Amino acid sequence: MAEDNTSGRIPTVIADDVHIVYRVNGAGGGKGSATAALSRIVRRGKGEARGVRKVHAVRGVSFTAYRGEAIGLIGTNGSGKSTLLRAIAGLLPTEHGKVYTDGQPSLLGVNAALMSDLTGERNVVLGGLAMGMTREEIRERYQGIVDFSGINEKGDFITLPMRTYSSGMAARLRFSIAAAKNHDVLMIDEALATGDRKFQIRSEKRIRELRKEAGTVFLVSHSNKSIRDTCDRVLWLEKGELLMDGPTDEVLKAYERETGK
Amino acid sequence: MSDTTHDGAVALSTPPSADDGLSAAALAGKYGLTVSGARPGLFEYVQQLWGRRHFIMAFSRAKLTAQYSQAKLGQLWQVATPLLNALVYYLIFGLILGTRKGMTQEVFIPFLVTGVFVFTFTQSSVTAGVRAISGNLGLVRALHFPRASLPISFSLQQLQQLLFSMIVLAVVAIGFGSYPSLSWLLIVPALVMQFVFNTGLALIMARLGSKTPDLAQLMPFIMRTWMYASGVMFSIPVMLKDKPEWIASVLQYNPAAIYMDLIRFALIDGYGSENLPPHVWIVGLVWSVFIGLAGFVYFWKAEERYGRG
Repeated sequence: MAEDNTSGRIPTVIADDVHIVYRVNGAGGGKGSATAALSRIVRRGKGEARGVRKVHAVRGVSFTAYRGEAIGLIGTNGSGKSTLLRAIAGLLPTEHGKVYTDGQPSLLGVNAALMSDLTGERNVVLGGLAMGMTREEIRERYQGIVDFSGINEKGDFITLPMRTYSSGMAARLRFSIAAAKNHDVLMIDEALATGDRKFQIRSEKRIRELRKEAGTVFLVSHSNKSIRDTCDRVLWLEKGELLMDGPTDEVLKAYERETGK
Repeated sequence: MSDTTHDGAVALSTPPSADDGLSAAALAGKYGLTVSGARPGLFEYVQQLWGRRHFIMAFSRAKLTAQYSQAKLGQLWQVATPLLNALVYYLIFGLILGTRKGMTQEVFIPFLVTGVFVFTFTQSSVTAGVRAISGNLGLVRALHFPRASLPISFSLQQLQQLLFSMIVLAVVAIGFGSYPSLSWLLIVPALVMQFVFNTGLALIMARLGSKTPDLAQLMPFIMRTWMYASGVMFSIPVMLKDKPEWIASVLQYNPAAIYMDLIRFALIDGYGSENLPPHVWIVGLVWSVFIGLAGFVYFWKAEERYGRG
């Protein structure tokens, strides 16, 4: 089966024994008081730094993704799904192991680049530039982005600072900016179902379009329905380890049995 | 099912299942895949950075506007803040402490205000640089761009801030009898040198700060020491007359003092070249090029490691 799957396929993402470790400052040694911090520094030098706690988020995950595949990532909260996505995108350095990719995979999302004190208008430009679009591309797609978000349906909101938007409106604008660009390897991290029903339908349609254009798609989601709708292969992560890798139905059945649904 | 192919088969007809035996690295090599998030070469990095120039500019301008967007007076604060700053320093050092030894009031006030503004330019670039990566981890972990964009963008923001201060400075200079002349043009090369120097320093601090966020707590003290040692509110040679000469020389040749002196020299009529150390332009240029390049290379060396938590 597996061999059939791979024949004639061109790999786009290869993860080779990937380990990712987060280091958290100030989480060690119980109390967070100043004296505790001081004693941590004093007692340092015996090997590993005392004040730093390591969180081993992904432990030795290996897989190969091929062109044209849509891969779902499932697992309980904190199982390392988003972390793995970021490592594939090259945004989080691996502790051990390597990720090989064809071109530059991109994570769908620009939230971090936007500034709530700026108008929606300027955020569209800023977000577009942050994603690597040129000024011309942004100018071309500007109207499309604004129309898609539906921000201006209830008056001229795009010229107001984003902090004045309702949370739903802001989420819609963020999605519209993020989805304006086409990607080779596209990664989508949950929470797609933002905004009202009307916008959800519109954004699901846009995701399907993006999927068609992209070479390979990764989708992190807790909704088994959306995984079933979009993915033909599923990776099941648990405690940072790859528990199962196979066709959607097989893995989802096992996952549902395990989580007691 | 895994059929073994004999070596030397024509590449075209090789069944794809031959991939099965390959290690990940070999498979990646075969299909031209590259390591995700690997550090590009220095030249390629510069190219990438150039490609992102619009983002760098837009980001710095956005930060600048966002700063005062909640205030009632809005962008007026861009000018009002440096003006108030100058007033405070004038009150303390001009009127109360009287550090103007060896200078007339007409020279001292522009001298003091120039010093404060020019030093603030370096100070805020460094302070922003420390937090450029560690304060923007969300951005670093979400999007791809040469990470040097952030510190460069922050020092550009400070440069734009300084240009607002320059308006105030020009008014102060004219108010105390130094009128616009050709020598004012010398401000441009001096500021360019200082900007490159600041950016280099911000890049260095950004890398250090990404590893040790504690630096952000420490920096105010270091910067204040540097400020008092650079003769922002007094003339170094006059103040240190009785001390061994080398102390004054060391202080005078420190980059912050150099750039301050260059701009004072350009701007103030009564502040002639006798106040400047010898070879001051060359020293300014050397500092600028050296720190600028060293900072850039130092930052680039850790490019693939930014974003680790």
